[in-house]
Amino acid sequence: MPEPLLSIRDLAVEFRTDDGLVHAVDGITYDVFPGETLGIVGESGSGKSVSTMSILGLIPQPPGRIRSGTAMFKGKDLLKMKKRELRRLRGDELAMVFQDPMTSLNPVIRIGDQLGEAIKTHYPRESDDKVKERVIELLRLVGVPNPDVRYAQYPHEFSGGMRQRAMIAMSIANSPSLLIADEPTTALDVTIQAQVLEVLKTVQEKTDAATILITHDLGIVAELCDRVIVMYAGRIVEQGDVFTIFQNPRHPYTIGLMDSLPKLTEDEEWLQPIPGQPPSLINRPSGCAFHPRCFLSQGRARCREEVPERRPVDGGPEHTSACHFAEELIGRHSKFADSVGVS
Amino acid sequence: MTEIDPSLRPGLHLDDDVAPPGQTVDGVITTPVGLDSAVVAGLEIKARSQWDYARRRFLRHRLAMLGLVGLVIIFGAGIFANYVAPYNPAEIDLNNLLHAPTTTAHHYFGTDNIGRDYFSRVVWGIRTSEEVGVFVAVVSSFIGLVVGAIAGYYGGWIDNVLMRITDLVLTLPALAILLTASALLGAGSQWRVSLILTLFFWTGLARVVRGIFLSLREKEYVEAAKASGAGDARIMFRHILPNTLGPVIVNGTLAVATAILTEAALSFLGFGIKPPTPSLGVLVSDAQTNPQQWWLTVFPGLTIVAIVLCVNFMGDGLRDALDPTQRRIRA
Amino acid sequence: MLTYIARRVLYSIPVLFVSTFLSFVFVSLAGNPTAALRANPRFSANTLHNIYLQNHLNKSIPVRYVYWLQDVFTHKLGKSLLTFQPIWPDITRTLGHTAQVIIIAETLAIILGVIVGIFSAIRQYSVFDYVFTSFSFLGFAMPTFWLALLLQILFVDIYLKWNVRIFYTSGLNSPNHGTWSLDRLQHIALPVMTLCIISFALYSRYMRASMLDVINSDYVRTARAKGLSEWRVVMRHVVRNALIPIVTVAALNLGGLFGGVIVTETVFTLDGIGYYFVQKLQNDDLYAVMAYLVVTSVIIIVFNLIADILYGYLDPRIRYD
Repeated sequence: MPEPLLSIRDLAVEFRTDDGLVHAVDGITYDVFPGETLGIVGESGSGKSVSTMSILGLIPQPPGRIRSGTAMFKGKDLLKMKKRELRRLRGDELAMVFQDPMTSLNPVIRIGDQLGEAIKTHYPRESDDKVKERVIELLRLVGVPNPDVRYAQYPHEFSGGMRQRAMIAMSIANSPSLLIADEPTTALDVTIQAQVLEVLKTVQEKTDAATILITHDLGIVAELCDRVIVMYAGRIVEQGDVFTIFQNPRHPYTIGLMDSLPKLTEDEEWLQPIPGQPPSLINRPSGCAFHPRCFLSQGRARCREEVPERRPVDGGPEHTSACHFAEELIGRHSKFADSVGVS
Repeated sequence: MTEIDPSLRPGLHLDDDVAPPGQTVDGVITTPVGLDSAVVAGLEIKARSQWDYARRRFLRHRLAMLGLVGLVIIFGAGIFANYVAPYNPAEIDLNNLLHAPTTTAHHYFGTDNIGRDYFSRVVWGIRTSEEVGVFVAVVSSFIGLVVGAIAGYYGGWIDNVLMRITDLVLTLPALAILLTASALLGAGSQWRVSLILTLFFWTGLARVVRGIFLSLREKEYVEAAKASGAGDARIMFRHILPNTLGPVIVNGTLAVATAILTEAALSFLGFGIKPPTPSLGVLVSDAQTNPQQWWLTVFPGLTIVAIVLCVNFMGDGLRDALDPTQRRIRA
Repeated sequence: MLTYIARRVLYSIPVLFVSTFLSFVFVSLAGNPTAALRANPRFSANTLHNIYLQNHLNKSIPVRYVYWLQDVFTHKLGKSLLTFQPIWPDITRTLGHTAQVIIIAETLAIILGVIVGIFSAIRQYSVFDYVFTSFSFLGFAMPTFWLALLLQILFVDIYLKWNVRIFYTSGLNSPNHGTWSLDRLQHIALPVMTLCIISFALYSRYMRASMLDVINSDYVRTARAKGLSEWRVVMRHVVRNALIPIVTVAALNLGGLFGGVIVTETVFTLDGIGYYFVQKLQNDDLYAVMAYLVVTSVIIIVFNLIADILYGYLDPRIRYD
C-alpha cells in the first residue's frame, strides 16, 4: 500500500450565518493516493465542495471556520500552514478546477494572460516567451483548436466547453500532484460533458496527477474514478473502490442514489427518488443524519440516537460504511450495476 | 399549521388508488418511517411568504429602523405642525429680533430678523417639504410605472416612442430645466412646484419598470398564462407587476429625498416655493442676510439633512429587504 | 466601434434639435421677450418696433425657431435681446471658468473616492468603513447650497475673527490675477471643496459597492486558487473590474455637473455658466437662456457618449456593432 498523497483526518468546518451555525463538514477522514482518481459523491449541501476548498484555504474565515482536523500533504499539515506557504502550493502542487467556466474566468483579461498568470505567479523568473509557449502547448493539450490565435481571445469568445478546457489547462499548468475538480461538467451540455471528461482523462494520463473528482453524477464516477466516497450531510457514509460500491453498495443512501436513477434497460413504472428533503445543516437530525429518509432504519432507536461509526463491511477492508445495520444489506445487488455493466 | 409535504410520500403518484411502491430488502416490502418523526428530525419546512422574509430582513436592518423612527418623528411634527409649533410662524415679535436659540419662551431655534420664532417656521417648513416629497414620489412613481409597463410589455413602436421621450428628458440639464420651468410657468405654491418636479421625476422609474417588463415578458409563465387565455391586462397585473413592486417601492422612497432636496434648491434660488408658504430652502436663502446668526442657516439645513438621511436609510433597508439578489455568504 | 460612435452621434443630432425646439417653444410661449425692454423708458416706440421686426418677433414660433437656429450657426448663438451683446463670448468665458472648477473638483473626488472605496470594501465593516460610509450618507443628504453656505460662513468667520484670509468666499479673482494664480486658486477653493465633497460621497459609495460585487465573484476565487497573493488578486482582478462601472458614473456625473453647478456658483458668485444662467433667467433674457440650454444639452450628450464608448472600450464583452 503506497503512501497517501493527501491524508485528511477528522476535518470539521462550520459557518456562522444569520440563521445559526451551519455544520458544513462534520468530521471526515479519507486518503488520496498518488495517481488515483477519487470521486466524491453527494447531493448539494453534502459538504463535498467545502471539504476540498477548506484544505486549499479558499474558505473565507470570518463566516467560515475550520473547527478541527488535519490535512497532511507531503508531510505538512495544510490546515496549520502559514498562509504564505499554502499560497505557494496553491496553483502549483495543488490545483482546482471550478464548476462554472463562464464566471470562473475574468471577463476582461485575455485567456492567454490568465493562463500565463498561473505560471508566472509560481515561476516569476520565466521569460515571457517561454511562458507563452507553454500556455499554447497547454491549450493544445486540452484540445482547444488554433491555440496560437485563441491565446489572445477573451473568455466570452470561447464556447462553454472550450472555457472549461482552458480552466483545466490553467490548473495543470504547473504539473500539480493533486488536482481537484469541483463538478467540472455540471454547467455544460451533455455532449460537451463527454468531451471535457475525455480531456480530464487525457490530462490524468499525461500528468500522473492524483485527482479528486467532486460530482453528483454517478455516471461520471463510473467512468473516471478508481475509488469513491459518498457524502451526506457533511459526513462520509460510504467509501470503497468503484466496482465494489456500484455492485455492492452497503449504505441505504448509496442504494437510494443508485436506485433513483432512471434505468433505460428496465421496465419501470415509478421513479424512485429518495423520499424527504436534504437535512438542515443547522439542525441536523440526531444520531444518523440519514435516518428520517432511510428505508432500512424502520424507526429503530439506534439510528435516532447513535451516530454510526464508519466500519469495514463485506467488500474488503477498504470498503467502509457508516450504517448501524449495514450487514442487513449483504447479498443485495444493486440494479444500477447490472444496467451499466460494471461487473 | 404545517401541511404534510407531498414529497414525503415516496414515488410519483399519478393515481391515488394505486399503492405506493416500497423498497425491497430481501423480499420484505418496507416504506419510510412515519412522517411525524420526519418533522421532528429537522425536516420541517415552514412555508413563509415573500413578504414575511422581506419584513424580517427590514426589521433586522438597524439603520432602516432608525430611519423609520426618525422619519415618523419628523414627518409627524410636520403633519401636526399646528400642535407642535409653539408659535404662529408668521407672528412677528419686534422685541425679540435675532435671538439665539434658548429655552426661554420656547424659542428653541431662536428667532429671525423680524422676530418670528424659528422653530415654528422650521416645523411648518417640514410640512411643506413633506407635501412636496410625498406628492412627487407617489405621482411620479405612478406615472413611471404605467409608462414603463406599457413600454416594456408592448414593445415595438410604443416602446420606442416612450423611450425616446424619456431619453429626451434625461439629456436635458435637470436643474436648469426645472428653474426655467418654474420661472416661466410661475411657481410659488408647493403644489405647483410638485407638479413641475413630477414632470421630470417619472422617467427614472419608467426605465426600471420597462426593463423588468421586457425581461419578464418572455418568461415561460407568461406564455403559459397567454396560452390559457389570459388577457394582456391580467398578465400585466397578476404576473409581472408584483415583480416590479420591489424596485417601485425602493425608488419611490428614494424619490421623496431627491424631491425634497431639489425643491429646497429651487426655493433657495428663488424659483421654487415663494413666501408666504414656508419652505426650508427659503429659510436658508433668507439666512444669507444674517450670516453671523448661525442658527438661521444651520437649523433648516440640518432638518433637510435629517429628513434625507432617514429616507435614505429606510430606502437602503427596503432595498435589502425587497431585493432578491442578496449578497449573502456562500456556505 | 467607429460605426457605433458615428451612429450615436447621428442619433444625437435629432434629439438635440427636438430638445432645443421644445425649449424654444416653451421659453417663447411663457415669456415675453420684449417685456423688459418695453418697461425701459429710454426706448421709444419706434425703436421697440424695429427691434421687434429685426428679431422676427412678429412671426410664428416655429419660424422664429428657424431664425434662431440660423443665428446659432452663423452668428454664434446670436445676440441677447436685452443687452444687444453677442452671447457667444459670454458663454465661452463663463464655461471656461466653470470647467476649471469642475475639473479640479472631480479629479480630486474620483481619486479620493476610488481609493476610499477600495479600502472600504477590503476592510468591510471596519471602523474605516463605517466612518466613510457614514460620510457618504451625509454627503448624499446634504443640499449642495447648504454645504456651500456653511463653508462660506466658516471662512468668513475665520477672516473676521483672525484677519487671515485662507480662502476667498466669493468671486473668481481679485483684480489683475491670472487664471492659474494662487489668488484664483484661493477663490475657487471653496466651490471646489463643495463639489468635491458631494462627488466624493458618490464615488466612494459606488466604488465600494462595485468592489464588493466583484470580490465575491467566481473569477476572484479562481485567482486565489491559482496562488496569487491577496494584494495581486485585489489589484489585478478586483479593482480592474470594479473600476469599469465607475468610469461610466464619472463621465455621466461630469456631464450632469455642468448643468448642476448653478447652486454652487450662485452662493460663491462665481462668473461661471451656472451663475450666468440664473442671472439671465431672472432678467427674462430668453435668448441667453436658450443658449445656455443648448450648450449644456450638448455637453451632457457628449459626456453620455463618452461614457458609453469608454465602457465599451474597457469591457470586451460589449459589442456595439
